[in-house]
Amino acid sequence: MRPAVCFIKADSSETGSDMSDSVKFRFDVDGSNFTTAGQASVQVKKNLRELGIPAEAIRRVSIAMYEGEINMVIHAHGGVAEVEVFEDKIVIVLSDTGPGIPNIELAMKEGYSTAPDNIRSLGFGAGMGLPNMKRYTDGMKIDTELGKGTTITMVVNF
Amino acid sequence: MKISDIKTLLDAEVVCGEENLGHDVYSACGSDMMSDVLAYVKDQAVLLTGLVNSQVIRTAEMMDMVCIVFVRSKKPTPEMIELAKESGLVLMNTEKRMYEACGLLYKSGLVGNGVRHE
Repeated sequence: MRPAVCFIKADSSETGSDMSDSVKFRFDVDGSNFTTAGQASVQVKKNLRELGIPAEAIRRVSIAMYEGEINMVIHAHGGVAEVEVFEDKIVIVLSDTGPGIPNIELAMKEGYSTAPDNIRSLGFGAGMGLPNMKRYTDGMKIDTELGKGTTITMVVNF
Repeated sequence: MKISDIKTLLDAEVVCGEENLGHDVYSACGSDMMSDVLAYVKDQAVLLTGLVNSQVIRTAEMMDMVCIVFVRSKKPTPEMIELAKESGLVLMNTEKRMYEACGLLYKSGLVGNGVRHE
């Protein structure tokens, strides 16, 4: 199943930004099938190329978003990914209604993982997801509440 | 070296992307852990792996890689081949094991530099 994609031309009043214009992409991330995880990131990469964004910024956004998308599928049964492209930065917001992160400090440690064994056998769950997302972006904010969900906001400047 | 040289050195069978065998590549990495590829790899064009699922293709695509070699005679699924074709990736498989495959390529000049710099 392909992720739902819509292109929204947002103006500054809608985004709360002082930038004049932005382009926004929204994806529903299907959490029921690990095989399809990453479709939204692949599509974002294509969209950013079409917009003429610098290659290194595309690479950083793609990797950070892909890690986030994988996390949403493993831990939170999917969610929503929104990517907004401004004149000089890209903002990625990943929202889910999953179990929340009990200990952010631990979750940010390289090698710490709560992913089940079957995910490790698929090549993930090495405890590199969140640290990697932070590494590849210029800013990352985690809002999480146990039993309610998690929203991660990442910024990549270019 | 060219991707076609990898095919020769590893006595590999090309699954898809034959039209891109003439591309030049300068470095490679070997891993069955995609998390580690995403975390530690930088600027490698070739991935050698024994892991077979769609996330291998997506990981390579995210990392701007151009070729995946499946070791130990692992064969990609039709879905993986379809994804690879969409991205222009070369897929091939070899009977050789990971250690030997990496060693043969390294010895022939396909180095593993470009590891992430902090």
